[in-house]
Amino acid sequence: MSPDLVRFAYLVAASLFVFGLKGLSHPRTAVRGNRLSALGMFIAIVVTLIDQQIVRFEFIVAGIVLGGAIGAIWALKVPMTAMPQFVGLCNGFGGGASVLVAGAAYVEAALRSADTISMQFGIATMASGLIGGVTFWGSLIAFGKLQGIVSEKAVRFTGDHVLKGLFLLAGLAAGVLGILQPENTQYFWIMVGIASVLGILLVVPIGGADMPVVIALLNSYSGMAAAATGFVLSNNVLIISGSLVGASGFILTSIMCKAMNRSLANVMFAGVGGDSGGDDGGPADDLYEGKVKSTTAEEVAMVLDSARRVVFVPGYGMAVAQAQHAVRDLANQLEAEGVEVEFAIHPVAGRMPGHMNVLLAEADVPYDRLKEMDEANTGFEQTDVTIVIGANDVVNPLARDAADTPLTGMPILNVDKSRTVVVIKRSLSPGFAGIPNPLFAADNCLLLFADGKEAVQQLTAAVNEI
Amino acid sequence: MGETIAILTIFVLAVFVGFEVITKVPPILHTPLMSGSNAISGITIIGAILSAGTQYSTLTTVLGTAAVVFATINVVGGYLVTNRMLDMFKRKE
Repeated sequence: MSPDLVRFAYLVAASLFVFGLKGLSHPRTAVRGNRLSALGMFIAIVVTLIDQQIVRFEFIVAGIVLGGAIGAIWALKVPMTAMPQFVGLCNGFGGGASVLVAGAAYVEAALRSADTISMQFGIATMASGLIGGVTFWGSLIAFGKLQGIVSEKAVRFTGDHVLKGLFLLAGLAAGVLGILQPENTQYFWIMVGIASVLGILLVVPIGGADMPVVIALLNSYSGMAAAATGFVLSNNVLIISGSLVGASGFILTSIMCKAMNRSLANVMFAGVGGDSGGDDGGPADDLYEGKVKSTTAEEVAMVLDSARRVVFVPGYGMAVAQAQHAVRDLANQLEAEGVEVEFAIHPVAGRMPGHMNVLLAEADVPYDRLKEMDEANTGFEQTDVTIVIGANDVVNPLARDAADTPLTGMPILNVDKSRTVVVIKRSLSPGFAGIPNPLFAADNCLLLFADGKEAVQQLTAAVNEI
Repeated sequence: MGETIAILTIFVLAVFVGFEVITKVPPILHTPLMSGSNAISGITIIGAILSAGTQYSTLTTVLGTAAVVFATINVVGGYLVTNRMLDMFKRKE
């Protein structure tokens, strides 16, 4: 195949990626979009394989077979609740692949003739190594946190910001040396090593509930690393695809930050969710004393019996309790009795953007029942019963009403405006922000202390009996 | 320099296209967006294939082959899991 034909095929592939992403603008067209995107990838791979530069295929085939088997088995087996880990690790692999490709191209160029290495090549190689290294190791830590291998807490130590700053400077210095002396390939690997440590240092101090932001940011980094590798190889399809992914991750990151009313710097560096939070026993006891109304499944079933409109508000607790199917059963039962049922989903509920939607879709909840925050907030005043399951900070009225709390200014779901709120929760423990929730003490709020799944199953049974 | 400007142009325009297209993705599809874009970032596989196949040196072959494994996991895993997820989003029948 002539080089022009190859480039044309890459252009087709890049266009298919854009069409694929465009398909994601609606659930109806999304499946087709994803297939178009996959077709683009297939075309790109095939034209690359028939490129004349390739002299031996066995390593390529071995790599594709191994990677394909791992990817396929993993993708088909992974439970939907573990999707944040899956995406987290994939970000890391993307970053890792970019570093390796940039490294291989650099080694080859340096062996051929280091004198002819251009500035563009040098800068792009170092950028790919730096971003990719941070992405790979940062993603492994994010995966570890989500999987429970690494502490979910925000782990801080004295001088950690200074240390990160020093590592960043050292990484940049090694990169500059590598650009100035391209014949010394060791600078590249030193920089990748420094970037790896930096990636670990950056993610370790970020708490579990901030993972949606981290995953989105690492998603963006993996795209930027791919784009940088595109500059190394002067390859347009890599640049275009990398930019698309980089933009996507960036948009998601800023949506997540906005939904928490926090800056990216605050999420990355403030260490929210460390050991200091969560011990606020004193004021919480005053707030809850004598005001919290504990209820039973039977009592809630009675309230639901006269309800015409019920809204569910799921949070990470629903994912932990694997309660999405039980929730669907209850929703179906209520709908069968003529109740209007909706699900109100806060953008940062769960551990990654869109986490709750995927879980509920898995449980066969139709997507037109899933409402995003702004739309949901128009409906709470007309809602008879709101059932909060495994969510806390995203329904804390302090975020709206109080002046000086860690949550102040964060947009919340105004569940307290509905006639009755039922909160299913194991205990009165605070959410990630570490502050008590006055909702639990409100006059219209009932607490059902139980495991999420069991509680919802008992509710369904109780509703059935009435 | 001319070539650098040309590909910088492509880069900047692609970022704009990315922003335009992705701001239209609704929040309910944000997880499939992430897994689908992960699959797209697996495009580094084409660089990996060239490194693994040109057999320039042992080191480049090793690096290239490792990159093929990583990138293929992303491509295959990313598209399959996205397809699996998107199949779940249904309207009330």
